[in-house]
Amino acid sequence: MSDQTSVKAVPTRMERFWDSDLWWSFKSHKSAVGAAIVLLLVIITAFLAPVLSPQNPYDLAALELWNAELPPIWMEGGQMPFLLGTDVQGRDILSGILYGTRISIVIGIASVAVSLVVGIGFGLMAGYYGGWIDNVLMRIGDVLLSIPIVLVAILVSSVAQQFLPPAFREVGVAAVLVLAIAMYSWVQYARVVRAQTMVERRKEYVMASRLVGTPARRLMLKHILPNTLTPIFVAATLNFGLAILIEATLSFLGVGMPPNQPSLGTLIRVGNQYLFSGSWWIVLFPSIQLCILVVAVNMLGDWLRDALNPKLR
Amino acid sequence: MLAFIIKRLANAVFVMLSVTFLAFVIFRFVGDPVDQMLNEQATQEQRDDLRERLGLDKPFLVQFTSFVGRAATGDFGISFRNQRDVLDMIGERFPATFELVLVATFISLIVGVPMGVITAIKRQSWYAETMQFTSIIGISLPSFVVGIGLILVFSVWLGWFPAFGRGDTVDLGWWTTGLLTPSGRMSIVLPALSLSLFQITLVMRLVRAEMLEVLRSDFIKFARARGIPARSIHFRHALRNCLMPVVTMTAMQIGGLIAFALVTETVFQWPGMGLLFIQAVTFVDVPIMAAYLCIVALIFVVLNAIVDMTYAVIDPRLRGAEK
Repeated sequence: MSDQTSVKAVPTRMERFWDSDLWWSFKSHKSAVGAAIVLLLVIITAFLAPVLSPQNPYDLAALELWNAELPPIWMEGGQMPFLLGTDVQGRDILSGILYGTRISIVIGIASVAVSLVVGIGFGLMAGYYGGWIDNVLMRIGDVLLSIPIVLVAILVSSVAQQFLPPAFREVGVAAVLVLAIAMYSWVQYARVVRAQTMVERRKEYVMASRLVGTPARRLMLKHILPNTLTPIFVAATLNFGLAILIEATLSFLGVGMPPNQPSLGTLIRVGNQYLFSGSWWIVLFPSIQLCILVVAVNMLGDWLRDALNPKLR
Repeated sequence: MLAFIIKRLANAVFVMLSVTFLAFVIFRFVGDPVDQMLNEQATQEQRDDLRERLGLDKPFLVQFTSFVGRAATGDFGISFRNQRDVLDMIGERFPATFELVLVATFISLIVGVPMGVITAIKRQSWYAETMQFTSIIGISLPSFVVGIGLILVFSVWLGWFPAFGRGDTVDLGWWTTGLLTPSGRMSIVLPALSLSLFQITLVMRLVRAEMLEVLRSDFIKFARARGIPARSIHFRHALRNCLMPVVTMTAMQIGGLIAFALVTETVFQWPGMGLLFIQAVTFVDVPIMAAYLCIVALIFVVLNAIVDMTYAVIDPRLRGAEK
């Protein structure tokens, strides 16, 4: 004769997620769902590039010069398997795009990760300790934000590439790019985390935790940090789009990825030279892919910002 | 008030000093200037002599101070590649960049403000929603892709506008302008459009947000109650109250645009400072890189400081806000 109100076990993490406001908001936003699907497609095809693409664009032996400058398949003279045509070296455009997208995405993710780690670390330290640490870190941030971002990134990346020993060129260029982009965007995270930390630091739970002797590092990472994450999450999504854009811009200007490891920006830079010779497909398709990628990321970020903003609920 | 201005100026000076320091570090450590200025047959004696003449044997701090001193008087040295005075070279290119930025700013206001007003007052209509949606795309499109697209459509396919260069220019003595010749005016259309696209969406979103706020306020409700025609309410009363932030944002963005113009200039081979800078980067012409960095940062910092100080004069609430 037990009371039959079924008592469920504690919901698992996934169950909690399916039931959350965030998921409901996501389902009811058509543009967010659309953007997520497109983004997933772009990411999956990019990482399956070696399987999907008809040609390995880095393998110089696979290139045949008589396949050079073939137009897309639906135009006169188009040939299988070059769906989107080929460039002047006979490289398949579609394969180039898939591999290039992979590079762009990896650099974007890496630079967001680096700037998150640096920004959160500095922000926590500045907010928690205050004093001269706070002053020094925030002054550095002010200076960085007072110089236009493209300029900083171009200078850092071109100067750093001068110092790369030839042996490290391959890996080094990508790492330099990641740093050049991250150097700027950590400031934003640091400011947000610092402001929130200064508020949290004075609350009772932090006091209590300090009284029982929790070490400062554990206190910052385990207790304060989770309370600052929501705005960081939104900023990181939008910055991912920005990072891809900056990387593409740098590569387009010739201070980014080299032509033998092309990202989308490099492909556009190379294709731009054939704009007037009538081979428009070399530049157009990588440009479209770049736009699709960034627009999808930004639309997701836009939705996330509204969905996580308590004032707009 | 005075304290605020002094603080703001001190901040600007500090930023400029840091930028100059960065420029100096690049100048001093990217390649040995002596190697770049002498040929390979130079004797050790000649090298030491030049090193001494350039002051490269002095301690770091002394070198930096003299670099700042010379930079402040506009002496950035001689270009490694052209053997010409760096400031002269940048000065020649400045009018091209400035005209481009000015026209782009003009376009962004002419197009962006009406779009912002329309999306705010006809919020539910399909065209307002379309504009709002396209504005996300406008912010996401990389400016060089926009430029390439414009060239492809309007120069290569339609042949309406020239795809590169500045056209014919008129020399006014201290300023060269392309706005007085037909070919110059045709040439500026595409670059200015591609530079302004991002600006347009920014202005539009700002005006829309401000308008929505103002339209909710009591004095607008009162104006409606009095029976003032909607057009007059929207444009004479509401829009006027939105223009302040638009003006300040535009002023602040000009600095950013001057820097960002380097991307547009590269796409359109526009002979401005940005193109000079990118070419200098390719050839590691360090004096030009350092000078460009300092000059653009100076414009950026001065504009921001002026905007901040004007704000403090107009809006008394801000004076106390700085801690």
